Amino acid sequence: MKEGAVIDKPGSSIRNKTGGWRAMRPIIDQKKCIKCGTCWLQCPAVAIYLKKGKITVDYDYCKGCGICAYECPAKAIKMIKEEK
Amino acid sequence: MKKIISASEAIALGVKLCNPKVVSIYPITPQTMIPERIADFVYDGEFDAELVNVESEHSALSVCLGAQATGVRTFIATASQGLELMHEILFVVSGMRLPVVMAIANRALSAPISIWNDHQDSISARDSGWMQFYVETPQEALDTVIMAYKIAEDHKILTPAMVCLDGYTLSHVYEPVDIPSQKQVDSFLPKYTPKYKLDPKKPLTMGPIAPPNIYMEIKKEQHAAMNSALPLIKKANSDFKKIIGRKYGDGLIEGYKTKDADFAIIAMGTICGTIRTVVDEFRKKGKSVGLIKLKTFRPFPEERLKKELDNLKGVAVIDRDISVGQEGAVFTEVKSIADIPVHSFIAGLGGRDVRPKHIRTIFKKIEWAKKTKKEWLL
Repeated sequence: MKEGAVIDKPGSSIRNKTGGWRAMRPIIDQKKCIKCGTCWLQCPAVAIYLKKGKITVDYDYCKGCGICAYECPAKAIKMIKEEK
Repeated sequence: MKKIISASEAIALGVKLCNPKVVSIYPITPQTMIPERIADFVYDGEFDAELVNVESEHSALSVCLGAQATGVRTFIATASQGLELMHEILFVVSGMRLPVVMAIANRALSAPISIWNDHQDSISARDSGWMQFYVETPQEALDTVIMAYKIAEDHKILTPAMVCLDGYTLSHVYEPVDIPSQKQVDSFLPKYTPKYKLDPKKPLTMGPIAPPNIYMEIKKEQHAAMNSALPLIKKANSDFKKIIGRKYGDGLIEGYKTKDADFAIIAMGTICGTIRTVVDEFRKKGKSVGLIKLKTFRPFPEERLKKELDNLKGVAVIDRDISVGQEGAVFTEVKSIADIPVHSFIAGLGGRDVRPKHIRTIFKKIEWAKKTKKEWLL
């Protein structure tokens, strides 16, 4: 351990997969999605991407806060329990 | 070069000789003269440091934290309520292992409001992870600032330090002070080389979140680092003697006529001067009494003090602080290691004078004290 828990190699936040904290999982209904980008803009974990014309959630880092579902104007995102 | 100056000015001169790059300033009685003199040096072009005026002590210490993290030496001074407002940041600085040096012109805490001296402010920061040195004279104040940087910045220690001087009874006391030359200080105190620093070219994270699986290990290391300062404080003290020509006991404790003493008083700060006078008085009457001046309170020199107590029949502790609901802080430490009766005196709170007559009373009382007891010296 370095003094004061100094992390002297960058990128530790990538190695730390915070998706494990998630209790609720966002599921995107691609048929309803209008690709407005609101969820991408609002995601505090920066875990939503536009990939090959599709809005995609990065479940390695999504903490399941539900802001995307709340903000989605097309009601295309629903939150389901992780256990399901 | 000798000059008649106050301890506050002595601290300012000591700081200038150590050449920190950032000094953050917020006024509070009775430490204000320290940053005032530092500002004089800067605006007279004698001292190249960046002065940062802030809006509170919380910000003042945060400025030092940030500046020190970028890899420069910093300095700050405060007292009383100011130190309390810094309390949160004290732990951040020490936990991030940034060797900031701070002067505290010790003052009582409100309420009731008091601008006068006791040790309650710095004692209340006892557990903050800062080293604490209590000084007795303007000369010791100057010398201890220089030693504090040397000890704090050692890569094995990396722990911030407080130089505590009694408000008014020392901060505003004028005495002849021998000011070391820049050359002497430079040969004692090496250039500051940070172990880690914030640098966009080599990014790193300081002060990250520590989950339960590593927090304890980090705290244990911090504790070990502070304890390993004990021999380094002694070494800094003897190196200072070699290069600059003065020393203060062994840097941890300064005994006065304790070698053949039966009874002694343990105290910190200016009160030790008064005790010395009374020790001499009692010695003339053939009474074998002495003084144990506790200079280093954190890290606590447990082994060293135990050795000092071994030869005594009884000891009194003067605390200028009170842990309300229990006892004085120094007494707590002493009774935990002493095999002899320890007599606790709470004295000199809120600037109450502790006069020779009070010290005489203490010496008379410990001579017949058969068991550990506590009382207030009003």
